[in-house]
Amino acid sequence: MTTPTAAKTPAPEPQRIHAIPVRYPGRWISAAVVVVLAAMVANALITNDVFQWSTVGEYLFSAPILRGVSWTLILTVASMAIAIVLAVVLAVMRRSSNPVMRYVSWVYIWFFRGTPIYTQLAFWGYASVIYHNLSLGIPFGPAFVTFDTAVVLNATRAAILGLALNEAAYLAEIVRAGLQSVDRGQSEAARALGMKDGRILWRVVLPQAMRVIVPPTGNETISMLKTTSLVLAVPFILDLNYAQAAIGNRLFQPVPLLVVAAIWYLAITSILMVGQFYLERYYGRGFDEHVPRRGRRGRQAAINSAHTTADPSPLDGVTP
Amino acid sequence: MSALDPDAPMVELAGVHKWYGDNHVLRGVDLVVPRGTVTVVLGPSGSGKSTALRCINQLEEIGAGCIRVEGELQGYREGTRRGEDVLYRLHPKQIAVQRARVGMVFQRFNLFPHMTALANVMEAPVQVLGVSKAEARERASALLERVGLSDRLDHYPSQLSGGQQQRVAIARALAMEPDLMLFDEPTSALDPELVGEVLGVMRDLATSGMTMIVVTHEIGFAREVADQVVFMADGAVVEHGPVSQVIDAPTEPRTQDFLAHVL
Ligand SMILES: Nc1ncnc2c1ncn2[C@@H]1O[C@H](COP(=O)(O)OP(=O)(O)OP(=O)(O)O)[C@@H](O)[C@H]1O
Ligand SMILES: [Mg+2]
Repeated sequence: MTTPTAAKTPAPEPQRIHAIPVRYPGRWISAAVVVVLAAMVANALITNDVFQWSTVGEYLFSAPILRGVSWTLILTVASMAIAIVLAVVLAVMRRSSNPVMRYVSWVYIWFFRGTPIYTQLAFWGYASVIYHNLSLGIPFGPAFVTFDTAVVLNATRAAILGLALNEAAYLAEIVRAGLQSVDRGQSEAARALGMKDGRILWRVVLPQAMRVIVPPTGNETISMLKTTSLVLAVPFILDLNYAQAAIGNRLFQPVPLLVVAAIWYLAITSILMVGQFYLERYYGRGFDEHVPRRGRRGRQAAINSAHTTADPSPLDGVTP
Repeated sequence: MSALDPDAPMVELAGVHKWYGDNHVLRGVDLVVPRGTVTVVLGPSGSGKSTALRCINQLEEIGAGCIRVEGELQGYREGTRRGEDVLYRLHPKQIAVQRARVGMVFQRFNLFPHMTALANVMEAPVQVLGVSKAEARERASALLERVGLSDRLDHYPSQLSGGQQQRVAIARALAMEPDLMLFDEPTSALDPELVGEVLGVMRDLATSGMTMIVVTHEIGFAREVADQVVFMADGAVVEHGPVSQVIDAPTEPRTQDFLAHVL
C-alpha cells in the first residue's frame, strides 16, 4: 500500500509470502500405480525361467555377440553416412533449375521408396550373379576397365550399398523439407553479397536447414540400426541379430538371446540419442535465445545486475 | 566486353521494364545516379521501388531496357552475331562479380541467424574475395565499431535489437567495399525509437561520400542527405530533382497527393 509517509520513512522490509502449496493427490496416486506395475513387470521378468538371466549374463559380452554389435554399428554408420551425402545431392537436384536433374531425382526417390528394402537387399546380393563383370567404358562400345562384380560387390559392400541407397530416398525428402524451411531472404542476402550458389547452399542454407533435418534424421538412424537385421537377405550374416539368432537356436533358448540383442540395441539407441541432443544444440545456435554462448551464468549475472528481481539471500536486508 | 568507365555515372537505368507474368510492374524506368550522391526514392506501396532496387542488384531479371553500373552493362554482354548486334547473357559467376560491387540492405535485415555479428560481416570477404580470416576479422571488427557495435561482436542476431541487427547488416554490406549501396526501407521494420540509430549510420555513410540509393518514407532523412529525390508511381519515375523541388514544390499531382499523406 502506498501511503504519503512512505517517502520519508525508509520502506519497511516487505513481508515475504509463505503460502501452503496446492496438493496434487493425483500425482501420488499415479506414482503408486506406476510403482506397482513396474514391480509386477520386474517380477514377471525375474521369476520366469524362460528368461534365463544367467544365460543372458553369460552371452551379453561374449565374442560372437560383440562382433555382431560392431558389425551392426559399422553397417549403420557406413550406410547412414553414404545415405546422407546422397540425400543432400538428391535434394539439391530436386530443387535444381535443370529439369533433367529434377526428373532423375524424382524417379530415384519414387523407385527406392516404392520397393521393399528386403527386395532391394536381396537384389544387391544377386547383383554379382546377374552381372558377372562391371566395366567402365562407352555404352555398346569398348570398355576401359573391367571389375569382377563378386569381388567389388562382396556381401558387406552389397549390404551397405543396399541400405544406403534405400535410406537416401527417405532422407532426400527430409533434406528437401529442411532446405525449404530456410527463408528466401537468406539466399537473397547471400547473393546480394556476391556469393555463388554452391557457397550459398553450403555456408548459408544448409547450416540453417540442419535444424529441421537433424531430428528426423536421428529417427532414421535409430530406425536404420534395427533395419540392419534385414541384411540377412543379401545374405550378410555377421550382424547382431543374426549372431543372436544363431546362438539362440544352437542352445534351444531363443528368449535369453533375444534379450541380449534387445539390451544392445537399446544401449546403442541411447548413445545415438545423446549424440542427437548435442547435434541439435549445435545447429540450434543463434536460434534458441535461451542458450546464449556464455551459458546460464552470464544470463543470471545479467538478471542480477539489473536489480529487478528479489535476491533470495538472507543477507539482503542487512547490506547497507 | 564493357569495362568500368570512371567517367560514367554510378548507376544508369534506361527504359527498364519488368513483368511478373502478366503483371507489368516497371513501365520504363529512367534514372541516373551520379557518383558520390544520395538518391532517395519515394512512392506509394506497389509502385515498384523495391523491384527497381532488386533489378539494379540483379536479384530480378529485367524484361526490357538496360541497367549500367559504372558504365558496365548489368547481366549481359554486348556482341555481334552474323553482323547483328545481340546481347549475350552473362554466366552466373560473372553476375556474382557484378553484384559484389553493389551492397544491399533489406527491410527485414536478413542477417545469417546461425552466425555471430562478427561472422556475418566476415562471411562474404572470406568466401567471395578470398581474404584471410585474420584480416577479415580485423576489418569486420573495425566496421562493427564504425556502426557503434564494438561490444556486440559475439552476439547472434537473435540477441540483438532490430536497430542493432540493421546496423550489422549495413556493416556486412560495407565489408565487400561496394561502390554503391542500396537500401530498401531499412527502417520500416523498426520500432520508432530505433530508427534514429540506423539513420545516423546512413548519414555518416553519405557524408563519407558513398553513392547511395535509399527507398524510405523518412522525409526528414531525405531533406538532410538527399542530393536527388525520385518519386515513383505505377512503375515509372514521375518526378525527380533536388529536395527543394520534389518535396518542397512538387509539380505532379500524384507527388503532391502522396506527400500530403506522408507529411
Ligand atoms: N515476386 C513477385 N512476384 C509477383 N509479383 C510481384 C513480386 N514482387 C513484387 N510483385 C508486384 O510488383 C509490384 C511492385 O512491387 P514492389 O515490391 O516493387 O513495390 P514497392 O514500391 O516496393 O512497395 P512497398 O512500398 O509496399 O514496398 C506489386 O504490385 C507487387 O505485387
Ligand atoms: Mg518495397
